[in-house]
Amino acid sequence: MTGQAIYVLWLRDMKWFLRARARVISWIVTPFLWLAIIGIGLNAAFARPDFNYLEFMAPGIVGMTLLFASTMSGISVIWDKQFGFMKEILVAPVSRIHIMLGKVLGGATIAILQGVLLLLAIGLFEVIGLIDIRTPGVIQLLQIFVFMVLISLSFVSVGLAFASKIEDPVAFPVVINFFIMPIFFTSGAIFPVGKIPGYLQTTLPGWLSSLTRINPLTYGIDGLRRAICPEYAQFSVWLDFGAILVFSLAMILLGGYLFRKISA
Amino acid sequence: MPAIATNGLTRKFGDLVAVDHINLKIEEGELFGLLGPNGAGKTTFIHMLSTVLPPTEGTAKVAGFDIRKTPDAVRTAIGIVFQDPSLDNRLTGRENLDFHGRMYGLTKEQRDKRINKVLELVGLRDRADSFVETYSSGMRRRLEMARGLMHRPKILFLDEPTLGLDPQTRRSIWEYIQTLNKTENVTVILTTHYMEEADYLCDRVGIIDHGKIIALDEPETLKDKLKGDIVSLKVQQPEKYIGIFQKNKFVGEVKVVEDLLHLRVSNGEKLTPKLMELIRKRGGRVQAVSLRRPTLEDVFILHTGRAIREEEVKPSETRWRMMARTRR
Repeated sequence: MTGQAIYVLWLRDMKWFLRARARVISWIVTPFLWLAIIGIGLNAAFARPDFNYLEFMAPGIVGMTLLFASTMSGISVIWDKQFGFMKEILVAPVSRIHIMLGKVLGGATIAILQGVLLLLAIGLFEVIGLIDIRTPGVIQLLQIFVFMVLISLSFVSVGLAFASKIEDPVAFPVVINFFIMPIFFTSGAIFPVGKIPGYLQTTLPGWLSSLTRINPLTYGIDGLRRAICPEYAQFSVWLDFGAILVFSLAMILLGGYLFRKISA
Repeated sequence: MPAIATNGLTRKFGDLVAVDHINLKIEEGELFGLLGPNGAGKTTFIHMLSTVLPPTEGTAKVAGFDIRKTPDAVRTAIGIVFQDPSLDNRLTGRENLDFHGRMYGLTKEQRDKRINKVLELVGLRDRADSFVETYSSGMRRRLEMARGLMHRPKILFLDEPTLGLDPQTRRSIWEYIQTLNKTENVTVILTTHYMEEADYLCDRVGIIDHGKIIALDEPETLKDKLKGDIVSLKVQQPEKYIGIFQKNKFVGEVKVVEDLLHLRVSNGEKLTPKLMELIRKRGGRVQAVSLRRPTLEDVFILHTGRAIREEEVKPSETRWRMMARTRR
């Protein structure tokens, strides 16, 4: 019975996503613009013989897409409260934890779908010769998938934690932006957080370096980068995996705790 | 076993006591109405019984289950149609029902069968696959009612089921409610601030004001307790005439509500011209007059000195209601 409740909450999120055409298009186009315009533009400015900025940035934009899409998915809870549908959900004989899990899986699936579309765009860049990355094998694909799942679960839970406390659909994106911008900027998505042996010898100032080290998304993106273009990765895959795994479990617990007290 | 038995059920929002130590028993199979002005505590009461809102004090048994100790058992046993819309407009009618069926753990076969049955019952079968966005408000209300019935609840709560609907739709909803109650044997508890709704539909009515039940009986009995007819006279400064009518031996009771003078008399047809004459002698002019059998509104006026309708326009009350809503 509870499995069915989780499933139907997930199913509803899927229907919503697929029926909102304008939103689907904007969600696909926005990250693609990041890659095609910011990526190619900055590459023109910063490329060195041995450092293709577009290659470096591509996994970061995948991470960015997951971060934004996951955290923002919490808005569906706000709209449900606004339109009264949350009452229908909360009065059903289904525990709050299962409701939260259904929402987490729905939001994460949508975020991962967007991540996959972006990976295809990266593949297209490879085909037309803008970047030169190695063709990923099964292990790499699996690794990409695992990191995408963990990043999505983490930030969907964060979004739901915020959503359980916020009533106003206008306030939600404002608050969320305030949260995700610093996470994005210090995650190593758009600039390297440390030296890249053989390519970059720059170092960040101490305070900024510390911020990047305590940012869990840094490890998530580094994990993606190790699977996509390992020569730009900073940390061992096990550190990346451990950090984002612990963070995702902590956020699911936090989200579940806050969601328990949600009211319509 | 009663369908509902509350025991000192209380809910406070800050200093506002929305529901004040209500003890109420509702029997199985009853069509029970909770009548009162907006802000009287009807919705809060229903929300506590349906486990949407925890009580501040006291408790209740719904279908034999304690709302505090076993909320999930209560939720399985009840259906509820909320006062405010609670449909997903971006799903079709059928999808809304399917969602509900799955949330209540119905199998595929049960869902298919019952979805068709409840759609039939509320007359929405041919619109089932349209998006709810395209429904009229009456259709939405009927869909919500159908949804409330899908999991075969023993008890159905209807919070202001006909609020804002046109008279024709209201009639048809009344019919659905009666059919449900009589043929499906569902205990129905509805709230309303339309006295004619409570009067027409309900086996028993509880009149609620400021969180307390102030009168509780069958509608006919409640009205019979007000012996006689009600003569209402519209005059300027009605307070001036309270004294002379109170002294008059034919007049049972005098109440002033806004510019209306309500007089309870035993033989209205004969007495009305004499009552008007009395006002004219005092230099007053009767602008309008009505004579009628007492309604539940008069029962409310008798107990509170206020009309149900005048409550709606008081700004202070509106503010309280909004505060109660945001805190919910």
